[in-house]
Amino acid sequence: MIGGIDLTTLAAMLMVASTPVLLAAIGELIAERAGVLNLGVEGMMICGAVGGFAIAVMTGSPVLGFIGGAVSGAALALLFAVLTQVFLSNQVATGLALTLFGLGLSALLGKGFEGVRPPATAKLDLGPLSDIPVLGPVLFSHDWVVYLSLVLVVLVWGFLKYTRAGLILRAVGESHDAAHALGYRVIAVRFGALTFGGACAGLGGAYLSLVRVPQWTEGMTAGVGWIALAIVVFASWKPQRVLVGAYLFGGITALQLQLQAAGYAIPVHLLSMAPYIITILALVVLSAVHGRNAQAGPAALGKSFHASS
Amino acid sequence: MKRRSFLTTSAAATVLATAGLPALAQDGPLKIGFIYVGPVGDMGWSYQHEQGRRAIVEKFGDQVETKFIESVPEGPDAERALTSLALEGNTMIFATSFGYMDPVMNVAAKFPNVMFEHATGYKRADNVATYDAKFFQGRAIQGTIAGRMTKSNKIGYIGSFPIPEVVQGINAAYIHAKKVNPDVEMSVVWAYSWFDPAKEADAAAALIADGVDVLMQHTDSTAPQAKAQEAGNVITFGQASDMSGFAPMPRVTSTIDNWAPYYIERVQAMLDGTWSSTATWGGIDTGMVEIGEMTDALPSEVIEEATAMKDAIAAGEYHPFTGPLKKQDGTVWLADGEVADDAALASMDFYLEGITAELPK
Repeated sequence: MIGGIDLTTLAAMLMVASTPVLLAAIGELIAERAGVLNLGVEGMMICGAVGGFAIAVMTGSPVLGFIGGAVSGAALALLFAVLTQVFLSNQVATGLALTLFGLGLSALLGKGFEGVRPPATAKLDLGPLSDIPVLGPVLFSHDWVVYLSLVLVVLVWGFLKYTRAGLILRAVGESHDAAHALGYRVIAVRFGALTFGGACAGLGGAYLSLVRVPQWTEGMTAGVGWIALAIVVFASWKPQRVLVGAYLFGGITALQLQLQAAGYAIPVHLLSMAPYIITILALVVLSAVHGRNAQAGPAALGKSFHASS
Repeated sequence: MKRRSFLTTSAAATVLATAGLPALAQDGPLKIGFIYVGPVGDMGWSYQHEQGRRAIVEKFGDQVETKFIESVPEGPDAERALTSLALEGNTMIFATSFGYMDPVMNVAAKFPNVMFEHATGYKRADNVATYDAKFFQGRAIQGTIAGRMTKSNKIGYIGSFPIPEVVQGINAAYIHAKKVNPDVEMSVVWAYSWFDPAKEADAAAALIADGVDVLMQHTDSTAPQAKAQEAGNVITFGQASDMSGFAPMPRVTSTIDNWAPYYIERVQAMLDGTWSSTATWGGIDTGMVEIGEMTDALPSEVIEEATAMKDAIAAGEYHPFTGPLKKQDGTVWLADGEVADDAALASMDFYLEGITAELPK
């Protein structure tokens, strides 16, 4: 306990509050590094939330639920990929439409699931690690999706930095014409990146409906997809900064509610603004510290590609 | 044609075309628009307004044509939604959240032939009526139950925005809990949102972690109910809607907003041509506020006590805000036996004595 705030509870709440936005942001990061701006994160998340919830309730298995959530998100992303990569529709307009479509579709699909209780997602048993005083409950007593999201961040970071495939993905995002001239299949890479992004967003949505709330309610993402999009930009398209951004945002959200509950005499307006302001400040400062070439987005971001051009 | 001039001409044409509509509308069905602050499936506030709309459709059938726009944010975007409803020829518009107040006033001034009904606000005009329900009557009953049931003597309250409607509820719940249990404390967490299930769930989790075992909410989703159910030993109350899906535990009873009779009455007035700007504040007595079934998670003597209070309020024998009551700063608000008048309640912006938190301004 520090000043009426229990560290264990804070850590648990921080993880739970950060994981959906982290998952969505890391997926969107890959899509954007491949040069596609998918503004449909909110729509993919809410479809993941309803898809994951429905499958978890029907099968009784949260694991299958999360897989279902990822598949739902990926399905929506594939729709976006077909429209923007094959039919060369405008990415911004298609992304916005995807969000509206996702919100409507999820409300329709979720009709039978209102007021239903989902099966509980088990905490991962890490044996003796969980018994370490202080560190155990803070770091080693969460559900498996939390750890999966952290592993994903590391994998994405390693993939982009050290692998040939990551290099190709970045090349496609920086200059699709050059990548095409070198013989790389731009459209295929972008399909893959978008599907991964959709699956991550769907997983994040399923985390909302299966763990964070836990229930299905229409429109339950309430804007978290947009936060994820903003974090990717403020994090200068770097996975490690996305992690910082998402945890800072989730952490301060959790902390400010706990400070209110504990009755701290801090103006509530300041507390509710804090997650947004501090996250933006931290990421902007981080970008500034790292100098000139660090904050540019992928050069081909949002541009349509056709082999003939 | 240049795009800009095309837009201006078509906008002008729309305005001209719709200017004549209210007269035309007399022949066809009465067109009624609704805007909701959350999705109709929130199972709380907006859901109940949607039930009211459906009641209108059921009652009047072909005489009316209704339309709703859901999840309209409070503020400037509401003005856009209201304007588009008015331009589409709706001659009666229900705006169902407090934060629509100024947008309604602005749009109403531009469309004098469209009649507006604004929920929970206090600004009126010739074509703007207001209606509200005395939710605090339900809160008094919940407070009594809370005071009797809490073992940790801590009651949690998730507030949306610090506006009179919410402050009345916090005060009513607190003084009635305190009356039956002098040791009781109240923690308030402000979500600054009407509908954000994730944030509402986080707020509930924070309060439960702080030791709260009775949880009240003045937000619109059932997320806090789900969080309390997960915790197991926390009781809650259905808010705006019955939320009976969470009965018998954690939801032990509820305050239900029943807008249907009012909506039907007002639409009838429109059809009869007798509509006028009024201010309605219904309570348990008029049926606008209903108390949901009390479950057997409550001991029978608590149910009896709560039911007796409900009956006394319905009969007009008891007012939840009856003196002596002091404000938080210790100044006298109501003298012994004095009853708060509606005007004072409608602008309530202070906590009562005993609440330790500070009310955000």
